Amino acid sequence: MSEMAFAKGQQLPVQTFRVTRADLVRYAGASGDLNPIHWSERTAVGVGLPGVIAHGMYTMALAGRAVTGWVGSADAVLDIGVRFTRPVPVPDTDEGTEVAFTAVIKSVSEDDLVTFDLTATCAGEKVLAQARVVVKQI
Amino acid sequence: MPLDQSFTGRTYPPTEPYQVGREKIREFATAIGADDALYHDVQAAQKAGYRDVVAPPTFPIILSFAAMEQIVTDPELGMDYTRVVHGDQRFSYRRPIVAGDELVVVSSIDDITHRGGHDFLTTRAELATPAGEPVVTVVCKLVVRGHGE
Repeated sequence: MSEMAFAKGQQLPVQTFRVTRADLVRYAGASGDLNPIHWSERTAVGVGLPGVIAHGMYTMALAGRAVTGWVGSADAVLDIGVRFTRPVPVPDTDEGTEVAFTAVIKSVSEDDLVTFDLTATCAGEKVLAQARVVVKQI
Repeated sequence: MPLDQSFTGRTYPPTEPYQVGREKIREFATAIGADDALYHDVQAAQKAGYRDVVAPPTFPIILSFAAMEQIVTDPELGMDYTRVVHGDQRFSYRRPIVAGDELVVVSSIDDITHRGGHDFLTTRAELATPAGEPVVTVVCKLVVRGHGE
């Protein structure tokens, strides 16, 4: 059994990622998602948001980082799915905000597929639901 | 007006092949703060058995998001994109994406439902090589908020 073997019910340690406005601008450029609610306070407030919010896909990318971090392998993800439940507001400060991830191992199959159930929180609120990632354990 | 549910099952024409670039993978990985060697270092990727650097798990959103234009701007479907909220997102891999891959996207509408005054649209993008090797399936659920809130 490899040293990264996971067991059903295992709780993974918290990983926290800082998110700033600069991160959102960089992500907008890299991903091609230029929706102004992710960089323009005026637009975000105009559509009823509390302010500029992170791309849901940025939060999902961080979920991917959390899992590859736990697994210790950047190419292990076979399946990743999330539901976006709450926006992640990112204030215009040097500190921005933080998104914290934890997970529990839901199952380990006979052919070493490991299913993670993730919890993502920002300012104490869950921002993802049904966040599930399957990796191949080697 | 609710979306026409008869669009369920509609498949759109394949996109032109997208060339997955090494620098694009590095740029995307940097943008999400991922410094893993497999995403950046060709030698590390080759040592792990890949031809070139590997893309992070959510990288295909670049292709599927662009391809979804066909659906959200389909005049017959008539979506009001200003009212669209991203509901769910999923990536299911056959194999990792590697720099140098060419990928064609075929988008479909898997489901349209209307409840509570909102429309729920499930789209699916199949990313495959031009030769037809399936690589990743991208499912995106969108919520089109109704006006009755």
